[in-house]
Amino acid sequence: MPTQLQSRAQPPTFGGGTGAHIALEGVSRTYSARNGAEVQALAEVSLRAGAGELLAVVGPSGCGKSTLLELLCRLQSPDRGSISCPPAVLMPQHDLLLPWLSALDNAALALRIAGAKRAQARARAEGLFVELGLAGFQHARPHELSGGMRQRVAFLRTLLSGKPVLCLDEPFGALDAITRAEMQEWLAGTLAGEPRTVVLVTHDVEEAILLADSVVVLSPRPGRVVAQLEVELARPRRRTDGDVIALRERALAILATGSQS
Amino acid sequence: MRRSALRTLPAIVLGAALLGAWEAYVDLSGVEADLLPAPHAVASALWSNGGLLWRNFAVTAEEVVLGLGLALLGGLALAVAIHLSPLLRRAAYPLAVGSQAVPIPVIGVLLVFWWGFGLFPKLVVIALICFFPVVVSTVDGLAAVDPEQPKLLRTLDASRWQSFRFAELPAALPAALSGARIALAVGVIGAFIAETTTPSTGAYPGLGREIITDVNFQTARAYAGTAMLVAFAIACFYALAIAERRLAPWSIRTRGETR
Repeated sequence: MPTQLQSRAQPPTFGGGTGAHIALEGVSRTYSARNGAEVQALAEVSLRAGAGELLAVVGPSGCGKSTLLELLCRLQSPDRGSISCPPAVLMPQHDLLLPWLSALDNAALALRIAGAKRAQARARAEGLFVELGLAGFQHARPHELSGGMRQRVAFLRTLLSGKPVLCLDEPFGALDAITRAEMQEWLAGTLAGEPRTVVLVTHDVEEAILLADSVVVLSPRPGRVVAQLEVELARPRRRTDGDVIALRERALAILATGSQS
Repeated sequence: MRRSALRTLPAIVLGAALLGAWEAYVDLSGVEADLLPAPHAVASALWSNGGLLWRNFAVTAEEVVLGLGLALLGGLALAVAIHLSPLLRRAAYPLAVGSQAVPIPVIGVLLVFWWGFGLFPKLVVIALICFFPVVVSTVDGLAAVDPEQPKLLRTLDASRWQSFRFAELPAALPAALSGARIALAVGVIGAFIAETTTPSTGAYPGLGREIITDVNFQTARAYAGTAMLVAFAIACFYALAIAERRLAPWSIRTRGETR
């Protein structure tokens, strides 16, 4: 186990996100499908992310992006290779808010799991809840919230786990274009105030370039790293900036041809 | 208030139409009153035997409520155990299904031998008849949680118990309550079976026993007793539906929601 999954987890640091550091070396993962066939999700994936960075992972559907996040969250172990990652928390594709809890209680779920009483957990969650633009929706049930609001609550639930690494699995994939653009801005703003190391899986190349410090492009199954692009552009970025457009075109070209040339 | 009255109107109209047809049939066909009493005869039997029927009804209602409570406790406990233990699922599920095929008179004498002529053996019979829908629907409800949900909870460091308490248990509550409603509908006939298979020594043996005694010579009174059982079953069913709305309001609002 230690040779496969080298855990160099540092104690979680709050607020600063410093000390987080992700490194994958030659990671492969193969599943047995239900019909007995072997499906290779990831092949020889190596990548790095520095503390406090946002790493975006883009690629066609079925390229093992979700598998990558589950490996980082220790929900799976790699067949080969090593993973070094501080404690990570998952924000799944669907918000998975619990319909019987209010928005505030959903956001505070991690605190309750950590042993806080309901009132305590609420009190501790309330500050960020309001800060993240959810004021007035404390007692709303998930079904009363719009898609964007639900994602905000789900993100806050992830944030309040206190873990240094956030794994976001296509968080805005199900939203309409206008809401998605709004949420991208919101996420950038939120991370500026609450820095964490973030691994963002998305199929939206533009989203990756707007938000990330570094973009990893994966090939179709089995997922291999085709390129890792550094995005050294000043923030805030706009989708209409020439540099953003140029980088987006480059990433799209890599995705289309499956190689960096 | 006006709206809820409007909602019950179709049931009242249909009930009244059926009663009218019944009355007309008895009138026109000349069928004997001992075979099929007319609704007005049943109503008058209900009126003139009100005290007797009511006291028997009270006995039966107590049996139904307590028996159903026993079935709910047992059914929920078994469902949770089956959900948590695949081994127990394989071992106990077939037996639970098989238990539903046991004709109660076969074990009625044994129950009386063990627990006498009192209330308890009747509760056991009712619980035996009622627990099954509770088990099946609760097990299905517990298993219907989104498979991504436990993953999320694990990355939030939830223990198995916390995952059960925060996600699976509340998710299964609406299904368990649906099971309870089905159980209640069969629980009333369960009480009838219980009373007719395990004798009682009380002053009032219950409505089931009363109906069996009356059915040949006091047919109108037997029908009057039956009408009380029918009304009781309907009332209990809707009482539970209201309880479901209170206890699990999300199940009504999110039902049919697609992801």
